[in-house]
Amino acid sequence: MSHHELDARRMLCPMPVIKTQNKIKELQDGDILDVICTDPGALSDIPAWARINGHEIVGHREVDDELIITVRVVI
Amino acid sequence: MTRKHKAVALISGGLDSLLAVRVMQEQGIEVEGINFYTGFCVEGHTHAIRNHDKDKQKRNNALWVAEQLGIKLHIVDVIEEYKEVLLNPKHGYGANMNPCLDCKIFMVKKAVEWVKENYDDGFDFIITGEVIGQRPMSQRKETMPIISNESGADDILLRPLCAKNLPETKPELEGWVDREKLFGFSGRNRKPQMALAEQYGFKDYATPAGGCCFLTDKKYSDKLVDLWKGRGTREYEMDDIMLLKVGRHIRPKPEFKLIIARDAGESKYLEGYRKQFITLHAVSHNGPLAMIDGDIDSDDFEFVAGIVARYGQGRDAEEVSVEFAMPDQDKKTLKIKPLSTDEVLKEWHV
Repeated sequence: MSHHELDARRMLCPMPVIKTQNKIKELQDGDILDVICTDPGALSDIPAWARINGHEIVGHREVDDELIITVRVVI
Repeated sequence: MTRKHKAVALISGGLDSLLAVRVMQEQGIEVEGINFYTGFCVEGHTHAIRNHDKDKQKRNNALWVAEQLGIKLHIVDVIEEYKEVLLNPKHGYGANMNPCLDCKIFMVKKAVEWVKENYDDGFDFIITGEVIGQRPMSQRKETMPIISNESGADDILLRPLCAKNLPETKPELEGWVDREKLFGFSGRNRKPQMALAEQYGFKDYATPAGGCCFLTDKKYSDKLVDLWKGRGTREYEMDDIMLLKVGRHIRPKPEFKLIIARDAGESKYLEGYRKQFITLHAVSHNGPLAMIDGDIDSDDFEFVAGIVARYGQGRDAEEVSVEFAMPDQDKKTLKIKPLSTDEVLKEWHV
């Protein structure tokens, strides 16, 4: 299991979702991915994408104006 | 052993593709969705920019549709490839800069490629939510075979909502799906789809007025054409097409235009471009952030400061201080008198 970070700052949805989707293709079961976004829409879209595709949202937190969404990869 | 047959569906986020998939699921067909992001898709992003949209549900309808259907959704970034479709559409444009027919052919063609790549997983046909007569440019009786042929999909493209008005396709001929249980919808009337949605228990589905693309919007298309004219080339980048959705666009001279935020949400969004563009805003009064796209001579700084000041709270003041921030340079403040409403000429507005 490894921990990864994805910079999706200034991207507008659905780009953070596309980047998350493409990054997760490279990851292994159980890996953790922190997606750093600035578009608040990502808070709805990334969890929706994760639910559809069977990945787990561990949580999210806001740091300054940034949003960090943590996904656990389930393959 | 009999091979399983699966379909990939083009999902826009609207009602028709939602129903088309559901019709297939009723027949026991396993479906996965594919959604192409051209950069011009209405879904998502702009909801997040403006203040007044803050209360609106920020959902991506393609994802919402997939979740309602319980299917996987593959979102594909086609921004670069789509440029050729927009710049050189073989079948031309619709009422605005919308190359609808070429766009549909392009998307079905991409789905054909996806089916080929995923044939081993059982995928062998494509479905869309197309309905004959639904859209004036792309969804007509004459265009249905054009899309099938030019995309290379031929008889593996099935339109469950209007299949009964069209020749039989391979999934029907091979008995993978029962043609009798497909539909024969046609025309712009949405009632049959709404009745079917009710039958399946779908509520809160999206009904975007202009379809799923900004290019069908006249104001957006006008801004795009202005951008190309201003630059003398039809090249564009992702940032350009995003910025066309933000702020008021004013071109007081052919070489440059101003993008002036309309609220705090847009000002915040434009701040993200400070490293790439000259930005300016009033510092003596509250006012919006503006950026300059194009080539501006420093002699014109006072002139543009006067325009931007007109959109802030200092519009009636004798003097407003406006700060310019240039990428990699020191800031500069100018004291100017804001232009009056009449002095900001109507024809400057893009």
